[in-house]
Amino acid sequence: MTSVLLIAERDVLGEISQSTLQLISAANELDDPQLTVAIAGSAPESATSLAIGKLVTLPAISDDEVGIYDQITADVAALVTSTNPDIVILSKSDFGTVVGSRVAFRLDLALASDCIAISNSGGMVNVTRPVYGGSALAEFEFASSPAVVTLRPGAYEPNVDAGSPSIEAFESVVAVNKAASVTGTVAQAGEGVRLEDASFVISGGRGLGGAEPFSVLADLANALGGAVGASRAACDAGWIDHSHQVGLTGKSVSPDVYMAVGISGASQHMAGCSSSRVIVAINKDGDSNIFKEARFGVVGDWEKVLPSFLATVRELRA
Amino acid sequence: MVLAKQVPDPETPPSQFKIDESTNKVIPPNGVPPVVNGFDLNAVEAAMRIRDSGADVEITVLSAGSHFVMDAMKKPLAMGADRLVLVDDTGLDEIDSAATVKVLAAAIKKDGPYDLVLGGRQASDWDQAHVTLGLAEILELPLVSLVQKLELKNDSVLLQRVIPDGYQEITAPIPSVITITNEIGEPRYPNLRGIMQASRKKPEFFSLADLGLSLSDLTPKLVLKKLYVPESNKQVELIVGEDEADSGKKLALRLREEKLI
Repeated sequence: MTSVLLIAERDVLGEISQSTLQLISAANELDDPQLTVAIAGSAPESATSLAIGKLVTLPAISDDEVGIYDQITADVAALVTSTNPDIVILSKSDFGTVVGSRVAFRLDLALASDCIAISNSGGMVNVTRPVYGGSALAEFEFASSPAVVTLRPGAYEPNVDAGSPSIEAFESVVAVNKAASVTGTVAQAGEGVRLEDASFVISGGRGLGGAEPFSVLADLANALGGAVGASRAACDAGWIDHSHQVGLTGKSVSPDVYMAVGISGASQHMAGCSSSRVIVAINKDGDSNIFKEARFGVVGDWEKVLPSFLATVRELRA
Repeated sequence: MVLAKQVPDPETPPSQFKIDESTNKVIPPNGVPPVVNGFDLNAVEAAMRIRDSGADVEITVLSAGSHFVMDAMKKPLAMGADRLVLVDDTGLDEIDSAATVKVLAAAIKKDGPYDLVLGGRQASDWDQAHVTLGLAEILELPLVSLVQKLELKNDSVLLQRVIPDGYQEITAPIPSVITITNEIGEPRYPNLRGIMQASRKKPEFFSLADLGLSLSDLTPKLVLKKLYVPESNKQVELIVGEDEADSGKKLALRLREEKLI
């Protein structure tokens, strides 16, 4: 038997997130798994009908009152201590990264982040994770238990059967001293289709050479009802806002078509777009890595390729 | 205190990225020297901006590792940092992030005290983002991650923390541990004066023994079993027209044929 504690997150509607369902799928592939899902606040309806053993609700205390993730870190640490699971799994989001790391260090547990596969047999837990920005894969074995793991979103399909878990409230007695306090939130929502939701994404990189060319990309995105992305190099150069950044440290997108213009295809960038259905590359350098990742490609100067591409798109959609 | 890690240059072309599978180690590519992790340079930049604001700050850069290449490790000094402290021990080659945190925490306690501990949001080699977060736990200090702006005010620090589609405004006490994200902007280029000053500065070294640690304290909790380059089986279909404009047109037609646009 493998006892697994999953720390859930909510989507914008407060329901259990797709990334949490992916954790459940991953845990279900372990050796004779017994699943407990913990969630802060009252259980959302979507969580009470899952095929899991137990649903545990944690006290809902806003970060504004104590500090960012401070209370949930204390509560998860207390829950791990009292239930002593074999494996604790979180999603590799900002929440999962911070809470997972802090719980592991607080309790002196072994930790592996951003894993794309987890398995166990004979009491040993093994994980696979991309390293060197995705240029290599590393396989690790945990030398101690409980094992704390964060899973990369998209690594598993969110297939979870319906069921009726037992529900219990975990009353934490851990008081957290106020540390950092949140004094305000500033929204910087972009216009048009959200990058993460777009079915067509066109991204520009260093090869565009400046801010101006992004207007050409925006024209194409508009024509196809899509969104504009960018490589980290283009964002750091100030050509486009960081909210457009796709990659390991930016947003993860999975559109039907991901069009990379003037992007070399460094693995850090590919980490944010490799789950796209089709990658299309336009790049002057036929040897660049992007052509190893792409399904379709044009070796050429984007300034000559894109205008005729856009004109043809407009004709086709007229 | 700014944490910095020496990493293989992430701009190394994928064709030159090779692994010795018998030792599970990256083979250093010829002629591509290591660099300071770019996110850590963002943290150095954050520290320099505190100084630019008029505050009287001493900036110490701390790293733990081995085989340090001084041309790389002195870059933060050339940007304006005051001191470079290196925990240098070949035994540190094999340790995991839990052990790295132990070493850095011991070094901070020995060299400290510090008002702020800054680190990059993650390292570009193992991409784990554990070390700075773990340090906050071990030092028992408040933690704020993914900060894009910071400003000293009285006895606290005002921060902007990046969240999806915006940012939070946060007031954190001093001392705190803060991870800096690349949204802060490009690290400054060292000027000639900075480079000259850096060349004259000598790093200060700690051994593990200086920190009261031995390798037996640093046994990994996570054991690397295998490191390898995954094979790609993707085959690109190159669209070739009479000229580049024609290629653009043919690409659109091909994507339509596949019902992709």
